[in-house]
Amino acid sequence: MSTHVKSLALLGAAAALTAHATAPAQAQAQEKCFGVSLAGENDCAAGPGTTCAGTSTVDYQGNAWTLVPAGTCADIELPDGRMGETEASLEADGFEGLARDLPEGTDTSILRPV
Amino acid sequence: MRDMSVPSRLPLAVGIGYKSRHYADLLADPGPVGWLEIHAENYMGDGGRPIAQLRALAERFPISVHGVGLSIGGERPLDRDHLNRLRHLCDWLDPASFSEHLAWSTHDTGYLNDLLPLPYTDATLARVGAHIGQVQDVLGRRMLLENPSTYLAFDETTMEEVDFLSELARRTGCGLLLDINNVFVSATNQGTDARAYIDAFPLSHVGEVHLGGHDADVDDTGRPLLIDSHGCAVVDPVWALYRYTIAQSGPRPTLIEWDTDVPAFATLRAEAARADAILSPVTA
Amino acid sequence: MHRQSSFTDAVLDPDRAAPGGVNDGFGGPAGKRFDVYRNNVVVSLTEALETGFPVLRKLVGDAFFKAMAGVFVRAHPPASPRLQLYGQRLPGFLASFPPVAHLPYLPDIARLELGLRQSYHAADAAPLDVGGLDPDAMLALKPLVAPATLVVQSRYPIFAIWRANTDSTAPGPAAGAQDILITRPGFDPAPHLLPRGGVALARLLKGRISLAEAMAATLAAEPEADISALLSLFIASGALTLERKDP
Repeated sequence: MSTHVKSLALLGAAAALTAHATAPAQAQAQEKCFGVSLAGENDCAAGPGTTCAGTSTVDYQGNAWTLVPAGTCADIELPDGRMGETEASLEADGFEGLARDLPEGTDTSILRPV
Repeated sequence: MRDMSVPSRLPLAVGIGYKSRHYADLLADPGPVGWLEIHAENYMGDGGRPIAQLRALAERFPISVHGVGLSIGGERPLDRDHLNRLRHLCDWLDPASFSEHLAWSTHDTGYLNDLLPLPYTDATLARVGAHIGQVQDVLGRRMLLENPSTYLAFDETTMEEVDFLSELARRTGCGLLLDINNVFVSATNQGTDARAYIDAFPLSHVGEVHLGGHDADVDDTGRPLLIDSHGCAVVDPVWALYRYTIAQSGPRPTLIEWDTDVPAFATLRAEAARADAILSPVTA
Repeated sequence: MHRQSSFTDAVLDPDRAAPGGVNDGFGGPAGKRFDVYRNNVVVSLTEALETGFPVLRKLVGDAFFKAMAGVFVRAHPPASPRLQLYGQRLPGFLASFPPVAHLPYLPDIARLELGLRQSYHAADAAPLDVGGLDPDAMLALKPLVAPATLVVQSRYPIFAIWRANTDSTAPGPAAGAQDILITRPGFDPAPHLLPRGGVALARLLKGRISLAEAMAATLAAEPEADISALLSLFIASGALTLERKDP
């Protein structure tokens, strides 16, 4: 593409965009929770919050069980799924890269790969 | 009417723990709800809806900032970064009250998201007292310290909790947040008398009262084990203990806490009305 | 005196006995009373992850997620009381967690969900509004990338996977790499599929250069990029702003 054509493309894009305007945000607007949040929550996008309460829900951590991922991942078939480490990165301050290992001594034998 | 002896700028009215799902309801018809309490840690982002909602609410309601993550009872030094974030929040919001817990939650491993217990000894008294002094210095304001729910006891404890709190208030000048449900939960769990705890409590230092629900279980020996879940209505014995307390202390800003299985606003408003029916006659 | 070290260790390890020095208040062992604290810690942190990673949870199923979260929270409790950002180490954990080794896209889905949360709490900034501007004037603008704008790159079709798990009418994913632009023009972050050249454009714009320079440099690096569509996406989605970040 010649420089001239590029310039025309840029100007065309600019002309299309300058007709556009954005709407102001409202504090009380209903949040988009992407259909996967807990029922009745409308602050789900905020992520987890703190608590100063205890719970009577018992955590049954043990090593007598074996589990495999059994959600919607079963519906996803990607050829060549084992591509090794992803090179993904998140372009933002404060995010850590991928070089995180399981801590020493983590027992993963209780979780059985499919 | 303002009772200057109460160590808090909160109104002598009933407040509720704020949940963002109740934002529109609160602005439309708060009923007897006269103030709101927020958890400090949920408003430490740089912007977005939480901060915008808080700014709007603060124009309508006095706000109490309740910290849950400072780990004042911790063996480690206070987290300076966290303390600075608290100062930033208190500086721009200028809340009517700031409170935290007699508990710890952070150790070398990280933040454990629970209010963990500590023994009551001369050594822990000195440590907690120093931490409270540091908080009050950094924030430039007096804080309230809340009595915890406890599920076990420490062999090395040498002081009663009430005496521990009284001495902290005396040494640091901090006020106290009296959680009536915590008193009931701890007394039941430890086999002690909740009213005797109230009788011994330095009520003149109380700047705020909490009411909340708990779950009931039993321990290994079959003794009652109450869990401070904030997931249901306040039970009758706790209402009775509240009435008993208010009769002695005079009116105090009173909060309904409901943090898990959060109900529709109408349910919270009904709880607030029930507290208001006890508080208002004393205030008038 | 490091009582809280042994208390912490016992809270995080269910196979350990309650720490020394505690009792049930009646002179007996603490037993189940200590377990209340174990439950409070692990259940509340597990629930925090469930709230923070709804798509990940849907992908692996509730039971597996809860079990995996139990392993993760014991190994990596939050570094700070700001739970909204909890889980920053989950992508790395997932990448080396053998039971999900056959699902190599999970770390990037976790990054996407972390990114949406980070965007939600980022500083406010008015989106760049080019309405009514002369095209030349617009191209001379030197906008900033808004604080709530993030890019997530993946060699997997994470946008399609994310959509298939949040919108029941969306088609299932096909193989292929997908990059995502997260923007928050108001208060609600949204992910957008980022076409070819989008990552390059985002990087260039972080250098505070004019739109014309950024577009030309993007085309130089990615001659196949549809620069008009890219710029439209960046502006219409609110990725850019003219405001300076708060210091």
